[in-house]
Amino acid sequence: MSDIAAGQPVPGEAHPRQGLRGGPSYLTAEHGLAAWFLTTDHKRIALLYAAALTVFFFIGGAGAVAIRMELFTPAADLLSADGYNRMFTLHGTVMVWFFLVPSIPNTFGNFLLPLMIGAKDLAFPRLNLFSWYLFVGAGALLVGALVAGGVDTGWTFYTPFSTGYSQSYVMAAALAVVLAGFSSIATGVNFIATVHLLRTPGMTWFRLPLLVWALYGTSLVIVLATPVLTLVLLLIVAERAFGLPIFDPALGGDPLLFQHLFWFYSHPAVYIMILPSFGVISELVTCFSRRQVFGYTFMVYAILWIAVVGFLVWGHHMFVSGQSLFASLVFSFLSFVIAVPSAIKVFNWTFTLYRGQITFEAPMLYALGFIGLFTLGGLTGLFLASVPIDVHVTDTYFVVAHFHFIMVGGAVSAFYGGLHFWWPKVTGRLYPEAWARFAAVLMFFGFSFTFFPQFVMGFLGMPRRYQVYPPEFQIWHVLSSSGAVLLAAAYLLPMGYLAWSLIWGERAGEDPWQATGLEWRTSSPPPRDNFRAVPVVDTGPYFYHPDKEGPRHDRREAHQNQGHET
Amino acid sequence: MSGLRLWPVVASDVATRVDAIVVVLLLITGAVLALVLALLLTFAIRYRRGSSARRGALPELVQKEVEIGWTAATLFLAVFIFAWAGATELGLAKPSGDALEIHVAAKQWMWKTQHPNGAREIDALHVPRGQPVRLLMTSQDVIHSFFVPAFRIKQDVLPGRLTELLFTPTLTGEYPLFCAEYCGTLHARMGGTITVMEPEDYARWLSAQPEGDDLGHEGRALFVSLGCSGCHAGNGPVRAPGLAGIWGRDVPLEDGRIRRVDEAYLRDSILQPRRDVVAGYEPRMPSFAGLVGEDELIRLVAYIRSLPGGQP
Ligand code: HEC
Ligand code: HEM
Ligand SMILES: [Cu+2]
Ligand SMILES: [Cu+2]
Repeated sequence: MSDIAAGQPVPGEAHPRQGLRGGPSYLTAEHGLAAWFLTTDHKRIALLYAAALTVFFFIGGAGAVAIRMELFTPAADLLSADGYNRMFTLHGTVMVWFFLVPSIPNTFGNFLLPLMIGAKDLAFPRLNLFSWYLFVGAGALLVGALVAGGVDTGWTFYTPFSTGYSQSYVMAAALAVVLAGFSSIATGVNFIATVHLLRTPGMTWFRLPLLVWALYGTSLVIVLATPVLTLVLLLIVAERAFGLPIFDPALGGDPLLFQHLFWFYSHPAVYIMILPSFGVISELVTCFSRRQVFGYTFMVYAILWIAVVGFLVWGHHMFVSGQSLFASLVFSFLSFVIAVPSAIKVFNWTFTLYRGQITFEAPMLYALGFIGLFTLGGLTGLFLASVPIDVHVTDTYFVVAHFHFIMVGGAVSAFYGGLHFWWPKVTGRLYPEAWARFAAVLMFFGFSFTFFPQFVMGFLGMPRRYQVYPPEFQIWHVLSSSGAVLLAAAYLLPMGYLAWSLIWGERAGEDPWQATGLEWRTSSPPPRDNFRAVPVVDTGPYFYHPDKEGPRHDRREAHQNQGHET
Repeated sequence: MSGLRLWPVVASDVATRVDAIVVVLLLITGAVLALVLALLLTFAIRYRRGSSARRGALPELVQKEVEIGWTAATLFLAVFIFAWAGATELGLAKPSGDALEIHVAAKQWMWKTQHPNGAREIDALHVPRGQPVRLLMTSQDVIHSFFVPAFRIKQDVLPGRLTELLFTPTLTGEYPLFCAEYCGTLHARMGGTITVMEPEDYARWLSAQPEGDDLGHEGRALFVSLGCSGCHAGNGPVRAPGLAGIWGRDVPLEDGRIRRVDEAYLRDSILQPRRDVVAGYEPRMPSFAGLVGEDELIRLVAYIRSLPGGQP
């Protein structure tokens, strides 16, 4: 513990050493367009992804705005019936494949994974750049299909509607999703190889920060599940374009085969969307509680458990599809089993607060909001896993609320929390704290206001994907649409003050949060090669206090960094 | 609008049993949520920076044991809910012998229903209170889903397959029917009304319906006009099994399997005769896929069902 003091920044002191450690920062190391668009620096590629994802977040968001405006009244006011169907298809397709799946892995993952394990870059830097081009190409194809006239199958592409009946650009959209899938596979392979090969000396598996574990688990799921999506979408193209009889019963095919294959990917995909946020939340909670994560090893096993069992529960999306009762019961059982590791994570985050020295900076507020929303989202999953209840609420707004609690209340909140936490590292600037706290609180209430009413109307019987609806549901839709206004404000606000901070923000030191991870052991923003010298690790992560003790009673404990430089 | 409703109408036996689980699950999940929120709030306030609460090492109790403890507790809770919900579902799935059988055909974007005596309705269904009802459903195009919130029932309706729904209405009134599986342009308008009537009223209503020929009669005409009788009447050039009395029996197949004769089996026999060849016969029956529509299939099935045991 002799080197705690070395390189330990004094809180609050501005760092004039900016960019000196290991040369100029990655932002200023090279200039010109080519230096960005042909870069192999994982940090620059992370920013390229961030730019692309922002564009898609706006496109998907525009779809949500159109949906919520239309649903303000029971009648069709703004859109034609087909127009509405195209809108929710746009919203779902873009949000799932072009925002949520890549969101945390390709931005924070790309930026932080090498930093957190003490590496100079990912294992395959050029593959990393290639995956970005694939992703943007796929996005362009999708946007092309949307501009040309749109797609009206829903993001789920159910057959035989999508193969035999839809009159829209199904094949272009399916191919776009296939390409986006290849891009995720490339990232997944890259992450797996990096974690296996490039850990710095002393960074053993059980010293990895939980975000790294989460990204590793996610990558395994991506690499194993995405090929199935590719296959099923190509089969759709085969049937639609060449009339190969696969899914359409009129040709002797089986429409349920499609659903099995689709959900075999898409259930694991919900874990692709949520696992990385588990990692982010673990980093935030421990840092602002000044305590080691409660039950680190259990947290690791929970991630792996979820990654494995996530492959065995797809049939819970098909309880009313006509699958056998026996199959439904087996899938129901496994779905209950997978609720357990999620519950463990919630309890462990909560107990990380116990006997801490907690402060409430914006990232912590996002994290606490996440825990609340994720808990409610997860608990409603128990209703859906119970076959007789699911029969009633599936394909209603209850399900819409459930997955938004997890994917938007959960994953998107975690994204914003992580964004604030690592913003100083990425840009070298501090964001304005008061605004950020306000935005975090607004996001929590805006979100609950938007999506909680959907549980009620779903249980009352309001089906999803309906443009017109019986007037008795209007009150709930009005509440939901009003909440959405707050939510939109909460999403836009940070974009404003974060941009502001790029120019006027205070300069951040190396380690503004006094966090333990290796990513804080280098300048903010980091140099091209991340570290001045190879860091060496001799403790586990989150050494906010010695193992058998806790933080002091009277003040925040000086923490010990995970690594030191050679 | 008739006041603010927070719970859907309870109008079937299924609804009563589903609601019981919902209530218990609401209590359990409410308690868990309250526990998590209470812990979060208490810890956040008590251990905020600068408070004088005790810190230091965690007490013995809150070490590994507690972790194993709550893993076991959640697992136990999960298995308990599963067992209860599963048992309820198994109870609901029991078919009852004297159910009123109604055929439902879905197509973009309407529901066609037909009563055993042949009376037809569109986007509507009348049923008597207290009588078990069995819906036999199929689609003529894409997948739809028959959803009646007041009964807590929902079942996808698939092309090329029969699916069924069982329920007993318990409360008279008119309840909305929705299509719950996205099926294209007018999906949101593919609805209807289910009317539950007292049995006497239902009987009166039924007798006032325009006389449809009953399904079995129409089926017999088809059986002749499609040429089935040429083989199955017993004296044609092809040796084919007699169909009288086969309903509900177990048929041994050429490949050693045994199948119970029900709607699904009859449909398969007509549309994909090669799949289940009856033991002792040549696979000489041609497929009628594409030649007979859903409506006609329903009639053929009804006809075969109506044949008394013994010789045709
Ligand atoms: C060319 C003669 C032929 C025609 C026409 C024909 N069938 Fe058949 N059918 C057979 C033969 C032979 C079998 C037994 C082999 C098999 O199971 O495929 C059979 C089997 C069946 C079975 C299964 C019987 C059992 O005991 O399980 C049913 C039901 C059936 N046919 C219904 C029909 C109907 C309805 C039609 C008219 C739409 C029809 N068949 C037309 C020759 C014919
Ligand atoms: C930010 C990330 C978001 C993601 C990842 C997301 C994801 C999804 C997905 C996957 C669906 C299902 C689409 C389908 O039915 O095919 C959906 C539906 C929907 N979303 Fe979102 N969503 C997000 C944000 C929002 C927001 C902010 C709103 C409201 C302002 C919203 C409103 C809706 C509505 C109303 C539907 C249902 C459409 C219908 O069934 O008719 N979503 N969303
Ligand atoms: Cu799932
Ligand atoms: Cu529909």
